[in-house]
Amino acid sequence: MGPVYDRVKELLVDKFGVPADEISPEATFDDLDLDSLDLVEFALAAEEDLGVRISDEEAEELETLGDAVSLLEAKGAKVSA
Amino acid sequence: MREPVAVTGLGLVTPAGLGTAPSWEQVLAGESAATTDPNLADLPVTFSCRVPEFDAFALLGRKAARRLDRFVQLAIVAAREAVADAGLDPATWDGARVGVVLGCGMGGAWTWEEQHRRLLEQGPGRVSPMLIPMLVPNMVAGHVAMEFDARGPNLVTATACASGATAVGTAMDLLRSDACDVVLTGGTESGVTPLSVAGFAQMGALSARNDDPAAASRPFDVERDGFVAAEAAGLLVLERSADAAARGAHVHARIAGYGASADAHHVTAPDPDGRGAEQAMRAALADAGIAPADVGHVNAHGTSTPLNDVSEARTVRRVLGDGPVVTSTKGVTGHTLGAAGAIEAAFTVLALEHGVIPPTANLDSQDPAVEVDVVAKAPREAAVEVALSNAFGFGGQNAVLAVVRA
Repeated sequence: MGPVYDRVKELLVDKFGVPADEISPEATFDDLDLDSLDLVEFALAAEEDLGVRISDEEAEELETLGDAVSLLEAKGAKVSA
Repeated sequence: MREPVAVTGLGLVTPAGLGTAPSWEQVLAGESAATTDPNLADLPVTFSCRVPEFDAFALLGRKAARRLDRFVQLAIVAAREAVADAGLDPATWDGARVGVVLGCGMGGAWTWEEQHRRLLEQGPGRVSPMLIPMLVPNMVAGHVAMEFDARGPNLVTATACASGATAVGTAMDLLRSDACDVVLTGGTESGVTPLSVAGFAQMGALSARNDDPAAASRPFDVERDGFVAAEAAGLLVLERSADAAARGAHVHARIAGYGASADAHHVTAPDPDGRGAEQAMRAALADAGIAPADVGHVNAHGTSTPLNDVSEARTVRRVLGDGPVVTSTKGVTGHTLGAAGAIEAAFTVLALEHGVIPPTANLDSQDPAVEVDVVAKAPREAAVEVALSNAFGFGGQNAVLAVVRA
């Protein structure tokens, strides 16, 4: 995975306190102990960080971290230095 | 007179220490916990009494550390200590018979301010979905219930600075009416935020001793100039005395009476004649079946404001005479608002259990209008059988607990 994945991983560690070694593209939000309210917060944080908006409906569909990264990349997420 | 209830567990998270033992030790030493507060830079009052730093992440787990406002975090830490101290095991108790009654004046004040800033700076789309669950004051009782599988009656009392005492009195009623067998009760507050401190300062309620914070909270002293804002949580485990005896539990002391009243006078000033406070003190004594002359100790509300301390001392003298040994532990802890009635009930329990009454910090020169026996400088040994713990809230709400030696 690319820079968007790396940024998302950083965000989950820093803002959500997820242990880095639990994070992988296959990990589900459930595996990471993130519930529906966390997902809304994750979408807000991603918007702030990566400049693209994930709607509540889209957030509901996300299962794995890989899904989230693919969606962010498809929406043109940019990682600034 | 009704049956006293047993205090079988104590948990304290106060500016005097993380835990009951360190808190009690510093209260006995009479050392004020007030210091300059970096969160309050640029405000008219720049100091407070804060709970010592603790690692919420390690203690509560990452989810709780991030998703619980600080007033809930403090309560959970105190509740764990109280339940362990009581020797009760939430894995085996009948959760349906365990109630939770906690006092809180303000709720998630930190969350309010942080999210309001987001609303103004970044718009409604950036407000956290956790805003509401983090700020509503009742949530603390909900979280304590989840932590301990306590599925009995569950509520938060809001009577401002009397909230913690109102909670303990209400908890006692739940045991006496057989609504539950165990109650986790007490109070919590973490409202020393820039906005609330600005508000209290505008009222003229706070000490303005920015150059000497450690001398600022000085209840009953002639130089007192207001209270010191503080945060804390205090939890007590209450059970009916017969139940505590049946399981061989250690009983710290007993809560024997509860009296509540309203001044119906003014939003913030106490009734100058202390009629509401007197009524609550007399009601607590009547509930406990105790004569005023038998009271040996009063843990006063003693906020260190010019108005409260004189009015309260006069009322104590009128109701109880000049016999009781009076202290205000707020000299050490500052005024912990919704937690105050609970942590002071705990300090009263400890005073009876250990036979020693803590001094009132910074009491260098007692106000001549305060005509009661206030402990200054050093703790005083006294084998007291009966004590009152006073708590009076803005809004004129008064709650008094009568505590008796086990």
